[in-house]
Amino acid sequence: MFARGLKRKCADHEEDMGGALAGFRAVPSYSLQRQSLLDMSLVKLQLCHMLVEPNLCRSVLIANTVRQIQEEMTQDGTWRVAAPQSTGRAPLDRLVSTEILCRSMREQDGVHPAPGMGDDHVLGPGSELSTVTSAQTPRDPQNSVWEMDSPRENRGNFQKSLDQIFETLETRNPSSAEELFSDMDSSYYDLDTVLTGVVSRAEPGPCDGLQGLPPVATPASSSSCKSDLGELDHVMEILVET
Amino acid sequence: YMLNCLCISLTADIISTVEFNYSGDLLATGDKGGRVVIFQREQENKSRPHSRGEYNVYSTFQSHEPEFDYLKSLEIEEKINKIRWLPQQNAAHFLLSTNDKTIKLWKISERDKRAEGYNLKDEDGRLRDPFRITALRVPILKPMDLMVEASPRRIFANAHTYHINSISVNSDHETYLSADDLRINLWHLEITDRSFNIVDMKPANMEELAEVITAAEFHPHQCNVLVYSSSKGTVRLCDMRSSALCDRHSKFFEEPEDPSSRSFFSEIISSISDVKFSHSGRYMMTRDYLSVKVWDLNMESRPVETHQVHEYLRSKLCSLYENDCIFDKFECCWNGSDSAIMTGSYNNFFRMFDRNARRDVTLEASRENSKPRASLKPRKVCTGGKRKKDEISVDSLDFNKKILHTAWHPLENIIAVAATNNLYIFQDKVN
Repeated sequence: MFARGLKRKCADHEEDMGGALAGFRAVPSYSLQRQSLLDMSLVKLQLCHMLVEPNLCRSVLIANTVRQIQEEMTQDGTWRVAAPQSTGRAPLDRLVSTEILCRSMREQDGVHPAPGMGDDHVLGPGSELSTVTSAQTPRDPQNSVWEMDSPRENRGNFQKSLDQIFETLETRNPSSAEELFSDMDSSYYDLDTVLTGVVSRAEPGPCDGLQGLPPVATPASSSSCKSDLGELDHVMEILVET
Repeated sequence: YMLNCLCISLTADIISTVEFNYSGDLLATGDKGGRVVIFQREQENKSRPHSRGEYNVYSTFQSHEPEFDYLKSLEIEEKINKIRWLPQQNAAHFLLSTNDKTIKLWKISERDKRAEGYNLKDEDGRLRDPFRITALRVPILKPMDLMVEASPRRIFANAHTYHINSISVNSDHETYLSADDLRINLWHLEITDRSFNIVDMKPANMEELAEVITAAEFHPHQCNVLVYSSSKGTVRLCDMRSSALCDRHSKFFEEPEDPSSRSFFSEIISSISDVKFSHSGRYMMTRDYLSVKVWDLNMESRPVETHQVHEYLRSKLCSLYENDCIFDKFECCWNGSDSAIMTGSYNNFFRMFDRNARRDVTLEASRENSKPRASLKPRKVCTGGKRKKDEISVDSLDFNKKILHTAWHPLENIIAVAATNNLYIFQDKVN
């Protein structure tokens, strides 16, 4: 069922299924930890912007970690298809830029209603982020949320791809990228808060189990990030909020 | 080893590189502020028998200044990333020092005489009016207080788009390499306006970038051989005779991954932060986040030795990722006879491994523990359960006190350990 032979051992499969579904583990679920790691990595990539040129080795290692997580989540089925032409590997800049929007939706992880969207909506290139903030309902709500990429020339520079994150964020409204984050619940970045939202008292260190834990084989529906209109509205609110 | 503290030096800024010269009489340090401080070993002095072996400041100079790249709107740090000495050929000493972008060749020379009795200028340097000179004299040399002067002889600039992480002088003593994140360039020491690119890891599309160069070094004896390590935990050995562009390696060193310990952090901790040939040239050593590995150059499939530096950190990788410590670049070094290796850790600990006796020790570089006549006490980290009396628990380790740079005297058991802005020099008492 899952092709990643390295991580998974058949014998542990059933045990982990039971453990994850029970939801009463002291250690946060694997998917939640993985999500925390993904978000932490994305924040690190953005915080690369300093006066001095960021450390390329560090950026590459973090980006590779993000790619690994994305690949695993794609195989899990917990990742939305990124683009029609890709088989699960979106270009890094698109990956990162969509993730920023995805974050608030992922926060609802674990409290999902039944998935409303039957078919996978395909992300397409196209409209600027600024179109998302318009008041009219987009033709295809799912598509416009993800359509963050404007047709930009391929700058070919890794640093510049990271630049696109900030530029994309800044075109949203005149406020700076920092203000974008201040609109969101800042306690999100406090991992303890994230975890205590799901389990009562997590062990210190949100990722404690992440290293040794074999991946949990949760069925796609229970921890899926498939959106429904309710969550979409939530995201829209955040985007248009000034 | 029974190590005594020879001396501790407080520097103005965080030390970023430490290097003994070929005789071990000089020890150079570079710091975050672009300064180079050179220490010299005291000569044996019958009137002060205890001072034998002390290192005192010999020369201090500003090697690099902060710069601004107007094209990219970014600052270029003046921090000295590496210093490498040239073999001594005359009375003067030469070293290469580099920051992120520019390499400089410095000449350090002594002046203990000065000329007096010039015809055209006064003793204080003012020019004399030629028409007033009625007699000529021959200037004579008079002794003066020793003055050590450092002057930049060559500046090798504008050859690196990315940040320089390594420089290495070739055994031919004429050329050297400089490596940045994606490229390695070959220079001739006499020529500053030209360098040859010998390794290029830059992908055609930068968005596909997944691997960078982390360190590079020339073989100590074979002037055509170099190695470079990567962020994916591999080492490539290149022979410059095979082609002008060494994109195809002659040897590829990689240890197969242990599937049972795989995690999202596996790649990060496999990234090699330093690679060093043994003095013999038969082995090389790599440092990754948790271990030091010794490789036989004739065997690419796996290292011949693996030494755990701080395995107790393996369960803390997520926290170390969060606070960025997982990206710390530790260096490693061999002793003169290649029988021992040394590397740093956290909490001002450093580790020494005796390869022959298969023993290792953890020591601490701190002022409280470094009394002049007392030997360093071995330290132990308690990994779990009950903490014994002199042990320190993993959670009490200070991750801000990291020893990234260490150096070993090429001939004797004297080591230099850089702990933030303190330089410790320890000597083996048994010596």
